[in-house]
Amino acid sequence: MTSSHKDPVLVVLQLTGGNDYLNTVIPYADPLYRDNRPIVGIPEGKELRLDDKTALHPTMGPIKALYEQGALGIIHGVGYPDSPRSHFRSMDIWHTCEPDKLGTEGWLGRATRDIDPNKENVLTTVSFGPSLFRALAMPGVPVACVDDLESYGLLPGITEQQQREKILGRFSRLYSPVMGSSAVMDYLGQTGLDTLEGAHILKEAPATYRSSVEYPDTTIAAKLRGISQVHQANLGTRILYCDHGSFDSHSNQWGMHDKLWTDVSEAVSCFFEDLRENNAADNVVMLMFTEFGRRVHDNGSGTDHGAGGVAFVVGDPIKGGQYSEFPSLASQDLEQGDVVPNHDFRGLYSTLLEDWMKLDAKPIVEGTFEKLAFIA
Amino acid sequence: MGNQDIALMAHLMRRAGFGGTREELEARVAKGYEATVEELINPVDEPALDRIEMMRYHPWTWRPGTLPGMGAGEWIHDLLNTKRPLEEKMSLFWHQIFATGVSKIDHYDDVMDMIVKFRKGGMGSYKDLLLEMAKDPAMIYWLDNNENHRDAVNENWGRELLELFSLGVGSYTEVDVRECSRSFTGWTIQPKLPRGPVGRFDWFFQYKADDHDENEKTFLGETGNWNGEDIINIICQQPATANFIARHLYNFFVADEAQVPAWPVTPPRDQDAIDLLADTFIESNYNMQSVLRVLFNSDFFKEARFTRLKSPAEVVIGTLKMVGGAEFPAPGIGDLARQPSYMGQDLLNPPSVEGWHTGAEWINSGSLMRRVNFVADLVGDVGRPGIQALVARLKEQGVRNGEQLVDGSLDLLGPLEVNQESRTELIEFANEKGEYKWDTEEDLRISSQRVSELLQLIVSLREYQYA
Repeated sequence: MTSSHKDPVLVVLQLTGGNDYLNTVIPYADPLYRDNRPIVGIPEGKELRLDDKTALHPTMGPIKALYEQGALGIIHGVGYPDSPRSHFRSMDIWHTCEPDKLGTEGWLGRATRDIDPNKENVLTTVSFGPSLFRALAMPGVPVACVDDLESYGLLPGITEQQQREKILGRFSRLYSPVMGSSAVMDYLGQTGLDTLEGAHILKEAPATYRSSVEYPDTTIAAKLRGISQVHQANLGTRILYCDHGSFDSHSNQWGMHDKLWTDVSEAVSCFFEDLRENNAADNVVMLMFTEFGRRVHDNGSGTDHGAGGVAFVVGDPIKGGQYSEFPSLASQDLEQGDVVPNHDFRGLYSTLLEDWMKLDAKPIVEGTFEKLAFIA
Repeated sequence: MGNQDIALMAHLMRRAGFGGTREELEARVAKGYEATVEELINPVDEPALDRIEMMRYHPWTWRPGTLPGMGAGEWIHDLLNTKRPLEEKMSLFWHQIFATGVSKIDHYDDVMDMIVKFRKGGMGSYKDLLLEMAKDPAMIYWLDNNENHRDAVNENWGRELLELFSLGVGSYTEVDVRECSRSFTGWTIQPKLPRGPVGRFDWFFQYKADDHDENEKTFLGETGNWNGEDIINIICQQPATANFIARHLYNFFVADEAQVPAWPVTPPRDQDAIDLLADTFIESNYNMQSVLRVLFNSDFFKEARFTRLKSPAEVVIGTLKMVGGAEFPAPGIGDLARQPSYMGQDLLNPPSVEGWHTGAEWINSGSLMRRVNFVADLVGDVGRPGIQALVARLKEQGVRNGEQLVDGSLDLLGPLEVNQESRTELIEFANEKGEYKWDTEEDLRISSQRVSELLQLIVSLREYQYA
């Protein structure tokens, strides 16, 4: 094993679709906020105030509670120069740390490689969702991709146990590397072998899990509950990833954004309550990020794609508070109608990688970027 | 009939359709390759679907509204039973490009209406199809063009039209996005009737002249008082559009390419092939039939056997066609409709307007597990007509030992090509319980069971994931 159960663990919750910064962390005292948000602005008095400048969206009560406990860091103005304003390109950039060319290696794929260079544990990194996020992609690095913990296993249709073992034995030999095959064949082979091994270990996780926390019946709560189960099973998992969305609120932003943040806030709150109850919270930090913030001025019923955004770090090891600065909303400071990012996301990643995960960030994010002091 | 002819025809049918039984492949080889291509691109013979029969057996599949998870039932039925395989395959092609989903539309009927448009016009003019998409109610709502007003421009449709449906990133500026969006102001959907007791009413396109921005716009260097049609005209004339569609066709029909966001920075796998397809696209006045004819008759296509990973839809439909027994009016179509989603392709509900990532990105530990388990369960069912036919052929060939059985099975399942180590491993497995006998009822039962176990192992192979 390359880790013990108190090694630092990173949980990533990706807010897919471009979460609207200004209605999530609201500069409620800035008159420019009111001017720019005549339709979708949060009415004065409804926001959940953190201080004399900033407030949270009205549905984020449970997140505000974490802030008051000193377990939430708000990272203002996060992004990178020359935002392409395309969901896919932006997400690619966040996933690969490559703003100028196309990257195929994910930052957490690289982190997984560095945590477990000899591939001793196929469950070092576990992803919850139907697809593998590019952030986790790295040739030769195993990542377990789980949609349902309970039914995770190969060839369950063969019920006769001895016959199944025999066939799985053949399966594992047939998936072993062969000279002269292609990169994709190797990828398939490695994935098949890792699946076989991961399934064997993972099926124990739900059996040992105990918690009095009742998660709400939402997709994001189900994913975070699964993450909690894997974390608490002490399988040596160091990185856990999931997503929620879509935050792409071009129209009808009111109802849509409310529902999204109600679900995320409740689920995140339950997750940490669950970990704390089971004495499993002190080595977990969660990152919540999105591919870009949205345009400053609303478009009538929603907001279009923007540039600078907001990210959150959550957990007991976090020194709560606000980091970086709220970018100016003054029209002369905007770029094509968007706030200009003032913290490079690779600095945020570097802080998590170095100060939390104790890894060398430079080769992962490809450079040196200003870090933030949010790890207690 | 040479084995190479069968292999080539199997390749064509896997790509231009969802494969076929050995009997079907043999019949097509007898007709000839080029004649088969013509038949595929001019499907005149038989209707794809008997709607009345479908209503008798599966009435819920017709306009399923908001039935959760079941909405792709009708389409799954069409994909499986159509006599016009390329028409359905092209519907899937366009669905992967004009990716629109019930996650936001909240109504299967409107997304299915798009599929019907792809079926009807998917092999016709791309320009006509693009215009039809610009007026499609589901598309308008999906990309918020109903919120794109003269005095409050919403850029969602305007941007994705350029980025994902025609030119691709890098061939337009932020100003073009703005001007394009302005040109589509007033393209909206009619106000809906309130939801009735049986569900939502259909949407219809409406052009509101009084909400259209009548001022001058400059789009891709051309200035005028443009409306949506003008924008589509200008878009179609751009070489970038021809290239974009050519790369999509290549990735879908020929071989796995880099993912769409990478295209501005990653050259195509085969530049000559892209040029040929793009030139044909322009010369034929954006006629997809002409481009497909050139594609399927080209050497680069014929030589591209097993160079793409199957999409989940191809895994599910292709396997069901092979094993049989799911044809109309078989029960369980709702369950089948959900199968591709378990492997990462929820039909009629793509993860975003970008559609699905393809190629190796279909594969991760979870989705590979689902693929293997689904296919192995089906070929392990010796009661399936396709498996019975396969066993009958092996018996007819007088298969006695593991080597004969493995070679015969690999041939009948594709023909599939596997490396020598895999073949040796399979033969060892097939020989474990001695010789195969077919003489008595009991012999037949035991041998069939052993064949199905071998088939389960074969379809679990990496090689089976390739089309």
